[in-house]
Amino acid sequence: MADILQLLVAGLATGAIYALVAIGFTLLWQTSQTINFAQGEFVMLPAFFVLIAMSYFGLSFWPAVAVGTLVSIIVLGALFKRLVVDPMIRHGVLPLVIATIGLAILMKEAVREFYGADAQPFPPLAADINVTILGVAFAMQSLVVLAIGIAAVVALQLFLNRTRTGRCMQATAQNPTAARLLGIPVERMILYTFLINGALVALASILITPIYLAKFTNGEWLGLYAFIAAIVGGFNQVRGAIAGGLLLGVVDNFAAAYLSSQYRMALPLLILIVVILFRPQGLLGRIEERTV
Amino acid sequence: MRGMKLGPVVSALLLMAGAAGAADVKLAYVGEISGSIAVSGGNFRDGVILAVEEINAAGGILKEKIALSQLDTQTNPGVARSQMQKAIDGEPYVVLGPIFSGNVKATMQLLQQAEIPHLIGGEAGELTTLGDRFLFRTSFGQQIGMPKIANFIRDELKAKTIALIWVNNDFGKGGRDNLMKQLAERNIKLVADVSTESGQVDFAADVVKLKAANADAVFVYSNEEECARIMREARKQGLKGPFVGDTTLLSQKTIELAGDAANGVMGHVGLTADAPIPAVAEFTARFQKRFNYKPDHNGIKGYTAVYAVKYVTEKKLGKFDRKALAQVMHGLTIAPKDEPAILIETTWDNVGEIDRISFLAEVVNGQQKITKILPKLGK
Amino acid sequence: MRRGLLAGIVLTLAAAFLIAAPFAFKPYGIFILSMWAVMTIAAIGLNLTLGYAGQISLAQAAFVGIGAYITAYLTTRGWPFWITYVFGAVACFAIGWLLGYPALRVQHHYLAFVTLAFNTLVYLVFRNEEWVTGGIYGISNVPRPHVLGWPTNGPREFYYFCLAHLALISLASWWVIRSPWGRAFMALRENPVRALSLGVDTRRYTLMAFALGAGLGGIAGALYAPLVQFVDPTPFALGLSLNLLLMVVVGGSGYFFGPFLGAIVAVLLPEWLRFTEGFYLMGYALLVIILMAFRPTGLLGLADRLLKPRSKPAAKVAAATPDAAMQTEAAR
Repeated sequence: MADILQLLVAGLATGAIYALVAIGFTLLWQTSQTINFAQGEFVMLPAFFVLIAMSYFGLSFWPAVAVGTLVSIIVLGALFKRLVVDPMIRHGVLPLVIATIGLAILMKEAVREFYGADAQPFPPLAADINVTILGVAFAMQSLVVLAIGIAAVVALQLFLNRTRTGRCMQATAQNPTAARLLGIPVERMILYTFLINGALVALASILITPIYLAKFTNGEWLGLYAFIAAIVGGFNQVRGAIAGGLLLGVVDNFAAAYLSSQYRMALPLLILIVVILFRPQGLLGRIEERTV
Repeated sequence: MRGMKLGPVVSALLLMAGAAGAADVKLAYVGEISGSIAVSGGNFRDGVILAVEEINAAGGILKEKIALSQLDTQTNPGVARSQMQKAIDGEPYVVLGPIFSGNVKATMQLLQQAEIPHLIGGEAGELTTLGDRFLFRTSFGQQIGMPKIANFIRDELKAKTIALIWVNNDFGKGGRDNLMKQLAERNIKLVADVSTESGQVDFAADVVKLKAANADAVFVYSNEEECARIMREARKQGLKGPFVGDTTLLSQKTIELAGDAANGVMGHVGLTADAPIPAVAEFTARFQKRFNYKPDHNGIKGYTAVYAVKYVTEKKLGKFDRKALAQVMHGLTIAPKDEPAILIETTWDNVGEIDRISFLAEVVNGQQKITKILPKLGK
Repeated sequence: MRRGLLAGIVLTLAAAFLIAAPFAFKPYGIFILSMWAVMTIAAIGLNLTLGYAGQISLAQAAFVGIGAYITAYLTTRGWPFWITYVFGAVACFAIGWLLGYPALRVQHHYLAFVTLAFNTLVYLVFRNEEWVTGGIYGISNVPRPHVLGWPTNGPREFYYFCLAHLALISLASWWVIRSPWGRAFMALRENPVRALSLGVDTRRYTLMAFALGAGLGGIAGALYAPLVQFVDPTPFALGLSLNLLLMVVVGGSGYFFGPFLGAIVAVLLPEWLRFTEGFYLMGYALLVIILMAFRPTGLLGLADRLLKPRSKPAAKVAAATPDAAMQTEAAR
């Protein structure tokens, strides 16, 4: 029983990370038809921004985190949109997909070449201790990750639903033309989604890197899981990404613990295939009308 | 910080540029400079570079300077094969590496056909069983190391059950297969057999499985980074030890990455920079001075390989002859009194397998401490 | 017809170079050229699926792997190469058809994910099923075939073997593209709904393109095994699928010679620039990004544009990007 609870909490913690990354991915798709194949690398990178801030500029941890997040928002948010997405969006979806694949390679190799191929330790957010709740020992780090992840998601939902800007962003996502007609500055709303993605990936990076260690290959699996979470949950709804992420984290952990460990990766992949073939809108998504 | 890798590249280029005369002896390092085994490959290569620089400073081998070329296998067998072909085209005297066992397998055939001796870093057991007369190890095969650690588990830990977590690549699988055989022979039960992916980051579920097995001891056999992550996760979840491993679990990189989580792990180390042998300590100091980081066992492997070639060529052959080198090395023992830079007495048998003393160690306060010296198998 | 003349000259020079090359290169260079030929075959397959029929497939590496393993497994057990080769091609065609049947019902970006998942699953099977694939240890000592009694063991002989295959496959795919099938493929790419309204059985033709592409991947794999003489799961992971995709797109998706050019950039260039290592990869990635921003029709699209500076506004140049979202009124 203790094991199941621990697996659940660990799964939810990992799932919260997937959810954060998947939300950003979904937002980009909804507002600007951008499929960002480099999303995994986007999560890998901010940790290195923080490490560079700490080692080259001598900042201590929290200021470095602030700097890293800011750089992430600017580079992975605004610059990404300006330099990569905007020139390409008029050519259609495929060139952008290819370009983001190229971007992923570029980012990975740049880190490997200029920073180093080895894994680097990263300061944890919480002490390496265990907390006993109801007689079951949980890792403090897992609980902290889970708490922060949930807080971020809740904050985002509040922003999107309760604030004017948030609702404008949702309108832009649902129907850009109508939004424009209503006087919503669509371009700026799209920019905001990119900035939010930049912040979300930075947050995810800081949460997971203490456990995963900073390494240039971190993005590979993480990106794949984020895509799966987004699609399984529902590619056109933010709550789909949340549900997908949490579900995936828990399912993956339980599958790894109780099913064959050599085929651990197979279960999420099979779920992905089944969902795409039989319910492409995902568990919580709306059905997308095909444009003729 | 080991951030910038320009140093070794520049020095290698200088080595190549400076020693580009026709009367030079060519050595080729074909190994893992990038990819998942880059840490080990980098250590091995730096050991080679240190040896080459020292030898060249002292006049070279038989008065000829060594020209070292470096080729990257990217930890990918297909790439390894093409790079090895490129190396062979350059007609090297001897090839050093690869370290990744899969790459060794992919390239052995080529080297055999070209009749070029190769001193490999790979430790997978089967490599010396494939009939390659030109292959020589630079450290124990797993089939030598595993019996030693199995004895330790049986005699010192007195464990009756083992939970094993291993990485699913050539190295990990070979170790697992060998270990399972050794444990079975000693009537020790394997109660958990957890495979993990190379490059895996999340070990929560795997540690849960280990906990559920409730074994007397946990055996961790993976690459350095994964060992570190496993240990962190294990401590996080309160998995009880003792934790045992072979070489990688106790290596410098693992300790650095795992921090406090590594304290208390025990295991067998074939080669280690912390061996209580003065020659090794001096080597470690020189390496650290040259490259700004502490070497792991792969650094020693690369270093001693080059000096072995030098010794055999100068003292046993008196000329450069690849086939004769291979023949002489079968059954050869090099002791530190013959060649100090061999560091530890080393014997090769007639299939290229190596025999040396080895060590039992424990990680105490972030340092690897040798607790026992184990004798050679032969003599 | 300046363009035709120019193309003819380039082609003749290229063919001459390819035939004469082994005498100028060392075994390593010849090996790389053989690898280029093999990868081009796989890329031609993907070009058929993606460039002509407009379907994004990230599963090509899996098909190359299946072909390679079939050949490796059987030839190391004494079967003659030709049978394994046919097996591989047919098996991949069949698997492509079976995979395509449900998978092609979904839209483009979803197809990318389904094929991505398929590729990773196949890789896992390669890696785990040791009893047939040798698992992580792989299958080594794959022999090279005999052609009409002549051994192809040497690098030069095997290179010509690969080159001959490339020539045959090129001719075959040229024929397919020029045939009514090929035109149906292109109709599918430009505007599937319109094609459907004109009575083209989109389902069948899409499947055909996908399966053909898979079959060609299988043939490439059957050649890969005796080329490298060691087959393990590592080369057939997602990375190769992405690389093949980049090859097709960089070369010019939908152009006949796109795959050849793309494979040069992806296979030959890295070897020649290997001393730059990490920088090469970054340069390659940067090239892809810039190409996509300014000329998504790839290098051949760029060449096309340069040689035909004044194109009529109404008619789009040869092959436009496969994109169901764009409404094209292409005059053919």
